[in-house]
Amino acid sequence: MKPDRFHSPHARMATLLVMLVIAWLLWSGLFKPLLLGLGLFSCTLTFLLVRRMGYFDNEFFALRFSMKLLGYWAWLAREIYRSSLQVARVVLDPSLPISPRTIDIKSTSGHLVDQVILANSITLTPGTLALDLHEGIIKVHTLTEAGAHDLLSGEMDRRVDALRDG
Amino acid sequence: MSLAFILDIVSWGLLSAGGAFVFIGGLGALRMPDLYTRMHAASVTDTIGPALIIGGIILQAGLTLASVKLVAILLFLLLTGPTASNALASASLLAGNRPEYAQALTEDESQ
Repeated sequence: MKPDRFHSPHARMATLLVMLVIAWLLWSGLFKPLLLGLGLFSCTLTFLLVRRMGYFDNEFFALRFSMKLLGYWAWLAREIYRSSLQVARVVLDPSLPISPRTIDIKSTSGHLVDQVILANSITLTPGTLALDLHEGIIKVHTLTEAGAHDLLSGEMDRRVDALRDG
Repeated sequence: MSLAFILDIVSWGLLSAGGAFVFIGGLGALRMPDLYTRMHAASVTDTIGPALIIGGIILQAGLTLASVKLVAILLFLLLTGPTASNALASASLLAGNRPEYAQALTEDESQ
């Protein structure tokens, strides 16, 4: 694991606050006092809320972006496309051939953010739904038995784990 | 055939495909037997459906600031959608609603 670019919580707080303000100004493109005031209010409120949620603690901080993430999104998009067609086929079949299963998926990475990425990717893919995440084990509900086997092959977990090193 | 015409056709195709997936998701949510299986059908409606529809609108908007905002909307949808789904599934589990139609993977299946 490489050392954190944001050493102190204060550096993280400043980074997020600056990003929020820039995002507001770019999205609105209006510089009337009322809108600037609303923007300041929104940014401050967001900042206070995420601080209360412990976002600036080291293990939750997720403001990282790498080119590898783009590659992962491309792979995930293909998976979403593939499984959307599978679920659509099941829905349109008059006999509704579902075979729901619940399985446990173990996350290789011990990092909380990686586990959340894995669980969210599972939920994003139609036909698989993350029910619970506890101590690195994700309880998953799948629409079909084939979907359960797909997930148990562990390819998604390997790809998420590969995101961190590099 | 002009470029604008080809773009219109591709955009029309994306919008129709997205609409079809949203319809299938809705149909599935009606046909499935319990909450968890309904959520599988609904997730077609909030992943590939909006992706195709927003893709189609971007082709209409062209290389403008509007397209950048559309991409941001799609990104936020895809990042927040699973969070809402997880909250719903967890709440249902905590309320004691077991996924009764689902069985754990049996021995001979896991070979």
